[in-house]
Amino acid sequence: MTFLEVTAFLLDGFKISLLIFAVTLLCGAPLGLPIAFCSMSKFKPLKALSKVIVWIVRGVPLMLQIFIIYYVPGLLFDFPLFSKIDIFMLINYGIEDAGRIVAVLIAFTINYACYFSEIYRGGIESISRGQYEAGYVLGLTQSQVFRKIVLKQVVKRIVPPMSNEIITLIKDTALANCIMVAEIIKQAKELAATDAMVWPLFYTGVFYLIFVGILTILLSKLEKKLSYFRG
Amino acid sequence: MAHLVVENLTKTFGTLKVLKGVDFSLEKGEVLAIIGSSGSGKTTLLRCLNFLETADGGQITVSGRPLLDGYNNDEDIRKKRLNFGLVFQSFNLFPQYSVLENVCLAPELHAQEKPDFKANKAAILADIRKNGMELLEKVGLADKADAYPCQLSGGQQQRVAIARALALSPEILCFDEPTSALDPNLTGEVLRVIRSLKTSDRTMIVVTHEMDFARKVADKVIFMANGIIEEEGTPEQVFGNPQSELTKAFLTGFDFTED
Repeated sequence: MTFLEVTAFLLDGFKISLLIFAVTLLCGAPLGLPIAFCSMSKFKPLKALSKVIVWIVRGVPLMLQIFIIYYVPGLLFDFPLFSKIDIFMLINYGIEDAGRIVAVLIAFTINYACYFSEIYRGGIESISRGQYEAGYVLGLTQSQVFRKIVLKQVVKRIVPPMSNEIITLIKDTALANCIMVAEIIKQAKELAATDAMVWPLFYTGVFYLIFVGILTILLSKLEKKLSYFRG
Repeated sequence: MAHLVVENLTKTFGTLKVLKGVDFSLEKGEVLAIIGSSGSGKTTLLRCLNFLETADGGQITVSGRPLLDGYNNDEDIRKKRLNFGLVFQSFNLFPQYSVLENVCLAPELHAQEKPDFKANKAAILADIRKNGMELLEKVGLADKADAYPCQLSGGQQQRVAIARALALSPEILCFDEPTSALDPNLTGEVLRVIRSLKTSDRTMIVVTHEMDFARKVADKVIFMANGIIEEEGTPEQVFGNPQSELTKAFLTGFDFTED
């Protein structure tokens, strides 16, 4: 295989990595918000439930969570949902790994939503009471105070920890190969196994590095954009 | 009936009785200075008036309307709050908004709720901005309209906070130790602004440690101690001839009683 062919082969895998990255970010980031609000709720049972979920999801390796999501429907209910999706999509649309990818997306979204929720919670709780009270004495509603006063200050404060988490996310996508999803590392391992080529495995690092480089530039742009105010 | 009447106001935090029955009244246009040591209940009193805390008992009446009427849902509280304005010790400007935006934010949000807003949007917003600029001129900061709070000194920030409170034309404007967070050389500019706001129809309540200011500007002075009004009267009475031992003890901490 030529260098270009290897690159194209790995790029196919990296597309899957990017798909996992994008879906996790697009679904996990909004999902983190209700979880954060539950964790801050004054209603004790809801708060406790939310804290326990966050504890479990953050306390168990993501790889194990992928296994659990993927295997539990089959083991517990004798209904291997994701294998069935795999087969269905392969036969009807010729799409490979669809069920496995869905399982990975679910595991990743839940996992990252919990991490994001803690970042949101930290950001929201770091805003001083005075900001809320200043809004209230001006006759604003709770929702106006949150949307018009607190939110942007929270966004400013959570950009650095979110950046960290987002950069971790693209590298975590490699975990999908534990259930044989053809992301970039899995592709490289396949080359090692079938063509006895080990260098593509190391070459995959370049793909991650380039993507993380782009992310870093974008995120620091966002950070700069919010640097016009302090607080 | 007086413009503002506070009767037997009580507030307890847990087991701590912070207000043990506070009574006073103010006529329209009067300036009340509340003095007293930390923990005497001054700030809690202001916070109860502004509904940042809900008083446990008693009554607050503004222009004959009793406010502690048992209607306490968010919308009711919001309406009641608008009787009062509050300037905080720590300014609490909104950092992401420019000075003018800080002043105009609340009027704009209130205007958006009115049914005719969509039809006259441009005119209403222009009006709010114009009013905002006038208020900034009043506090001497028209040239800082486009600056952000982090670019201002503490004294300037507090003057913006005053303009922001004025933007909703509250009937009664409250100040919670407005100069306590400021460097001594910056208190003058803020006190001058507060003094300039004294007009026949603007009632003001100032919690302050600036005795000189209280003496010169206030029409009425209240000395609070341990959750009650220990002494009340004109500045001449309270500063010149205090009756209560507690008041005397408190005022000897400040070396102006003789002059």
